[in-house]
Amino acid sequence: MASAFDYAPAPESRSVVDIAPSYGLFIDGEFTDAADGKVFKTVSPSTEEVLSEVARAGTEDVDRAVKAARRAFEKWSALPGSERAKYLFRIARIIQERSRELAVLETLDNGKPIKETRDADLPLVAAHFFYYAGWADKLDHAGYGQNPRPLGVAGQVIPWNFPLLMLAWKIAPALATGNTVVLKPAETTPLSALFFADICRQAGLPKGVVNILTGYGDAGAALVEHPDVDKVAFTGSTAVGKAIARQIAGTDKKATLELGGKGANIVFDDAPVDQAVEGIVTGIFFNQGQVCCAGSRLLVQESVHDEVLHSLKRRLSTLRLGDPLDKNTDIGAINSAEQLSRISALVETGEAEGAERWSAPCELPSAGYWFAPTLFTGVTQAHAVARDEIFGPVLSVLTFRTPDEAVAKANNSQYGLSAGIWTEKGSRILAVANKLRAGVIWANTFNKFDPTSPFGGYKESGFGREGGRHGLEAYLDV
Amino acid sequence: MPTTAPSPEPSAPSGQGGTSFADATASDSALRRFLHGLPGVDTVGLEARAASLGTRSIKTTAKAYAIDLAISMIDLTTLEGADTPGKVRALAAKAVNPDPTDRTTPRTAAVCVYPDMAATAAAALAGSGVKVASVATAFPAGRAALEVKLADVRDAVAAGADEIDMVIDRGAFLSGRYLKVHEEIVAVKAECGSARLKVIFETGELSTYDNIRRASWLGMLAGADFIKTSTGKVGTNATPANTLLMLEAVRDFREQTGVQIGVKPAGGIRTSKDAIKFLVLVNETAGEDWLDNHWFRFGASSLLNDLLMQRQKLSTGRYSGPDYVTVD
Repeated sequence: MASAFDYAPAPESRSVVDIAPSYGLFIDGEFTDAADGKVFKTVSPSTEEVLSEVARAGTEDVDRAVKAARRAFEKWSALPGSERAKYLFRIARIIQERSRELAVLETLDNGKPIKETRDADLPLVAAHFFYYAGWADKLDHAGYGQNPRPLGVAGQVIPWNFPLLMLAWKIAPALATGNTVVLKPAETTPLSALFFADICRQAGLPKGVVNILTGYGDAGAALVEHPDVDKVAFTGSTAVGKAIARQIAGTDKKATLELGGKGANIVFDDAPVDQAVEGIVTGIFFNQGQVCCAGSRLLVQESVHDEVLHSLKRRLSTLRLGDPLDKNTDIGAINSAEQLSRISALVETGEAEGAERWSAPCELPSAGYWFAPTLFTGVTQAHAVARDEIFGPVLSVLTFRTPDEAVAKANNSQYGLSAGIWTEKGSRILAVANKLRAGVIWANTFNKFDPTSPFGGYKESGFGREGGRHGLEAYLDV
Repeated sequence: MPTTAPSPEPSAPSGQGGTSFADATASDSALRRFLHGLPGVDTVGLEARAASLGTRSIKTTAKAYAIDLAISMIDLTTLEGADTPGKVRALAAKAVNPDPTDRTTPRTAAVCVYPDMAATAAAALAGSGVKVASVATAFPAGRAALEVKLADVRDAVAAGADEIDMVIDRGAFLSGRYLKVHEEIVAVKAECGSARLKVIFETGELSTYDNIRRASWLGMLAGADFIKTSTGKVGTNATPANTLLMLEAVRDFREQTGVQIGVKPAGGIRTSKDAIKFLVLVNETAGEDWLDNHWFRFGASSLLNDLLMQRQKLSTGRYSGPDYVTVD
């Protein structure tokens, strides 16, 4: 966008974070090499620069980590809740103190804009630890009876889209309720979890309570399969979620799965249009659309379709794509080459099926993995881009005529994670929300998160709830 | 959506619209239907957008551009009971030559005074290119008969005012008599002659964002050259959110009618940082066509010295302090 008011580069300093050339696994309070010595590289998706070399966990490492967690469980679970809370409060405060460093690190490893890591990811991470720290000594009042017991060792596998935030969603409630954990971050974003391991040491957390295994899907599968894991928590793709469900069938492992989505963002003709446009943008372009609860299907009432699309395209033309460390960047890099090719393939399918593609006019950097904000118009329920999760900055626009049709189309999905309703009419919000089969429903906003609010899916979006009082249940023997 | 409500033609490029709203102002009920048919404003969403644009980081060359632009957009204002010709002349000198140590500093857009000081300001500013703006219509409350208000305007124009800053009748607006407000603006506009008319809504008294959007359209339909937030005399004056909302209104109005209208936030903007945030709102909402003092103004007084201190800091690398800018 050439304008007289051309914002000069405003990069956040990289020097606030010190990334070591190599990292080990974090087992029993110590950093250690993988048993077989294997390592892998993690790159910055915006430049393809290698950031560090990280140990690659194998079956033997999984066993060591689970054993360490099991050893730590007895003492940790026997601590009074108020003592566990002290550790969690301490971790939360350290995260706040180190938030600038962690935001830069997350932006480097993930590719998302510093604006998001600084203003969304890190504040939410700290808030999550503060929130569950508050529950640790009040579990008697959570609605699960007197003195509810923890499950034991939790095996947790998290995705690359919000590396540190997903870690917080998993670890904070597990520790508050007295479990110990073995967590595997995604292979493309291992660094913030390793920095979190350092924070655990800084907070004086007893050894073995938190163990971090960096690695690939094989390590995740070994962790889920380990006989001494009592609880499996997974956030990621529906395909892997199904595989996990099959893996643990017939065992007494408790599981929560938070999987894919194809969220419907429903805009009625009496919506506050300018704010709805902002909500559509936040809904699908936040974190480059790599959000399981993204509002990737825009259902707009036919009578205002042209008006909304006109405003939306105008707004998308002002998005600033580029260096994720620049404080003025709105759209960062796609997390990996693999994800970029998946997005590209699905977009090609959309074009082949006859949907009309429009992409925001912006120049893509020559290195790294990039995809311009894109929307498809003329999409129907029959198109793949209306049904399949793209997990990228791609919006499918469909129309409806009546509230009933909006509800029917919104629910006509294999998924049921999120939905949005835009209308100035309060009674319509309540009526429509009651009929939507989605775990999270936003009214006149989108992608707003809070640790006090439960989050989770219907149908193939998974089961179990994370966040809020509900999030305790997944880690209690109730 | 009611048929009278605006609906931009998606295919029409900006500035090429030709929609006529003559029907909308045909009667009190038609005007009411039109204004109440405008899309609602979600308070949380509007304020979140304004706050998010407030996090833009404007550095180095962009900052230098924004500071000079902001200086050139100031309506340097004194609206006190204690105003004297000496005070107004000092302000005029400051407007023409804001920083005596650096002659490359741009002039402000205008000096804004009460009507009885307009002649003094006009004499002091003659030939400088700095405009004389005068508040009128029984500013700031606007509580006077229409004839008195029109006489106030005539007086200011005769004294040499290039721009008239009128206040709307908030009592009429809040009691739903939109046509009365409209007719008053039309009547004032007729008295302005070649002077440009800024219509002040006193957004703090209108209170809701829906009202501010309605007032914006009402003012634009009645022939305002500028829409202006506030008088600076009430508790809540210009805010990023109400200015963002008014920028959306002028953007939409031009898309539909082809007519460009200016925006002037006034009151409460005191620091360079604030001013730059407003310029970001302009840039990313109405667009660069409004990045010019013909189309965007700041109603302010103390803002100028802060901009000058920041400007000196950029050129010298040091903060010089308040004794290095003139006190007027």
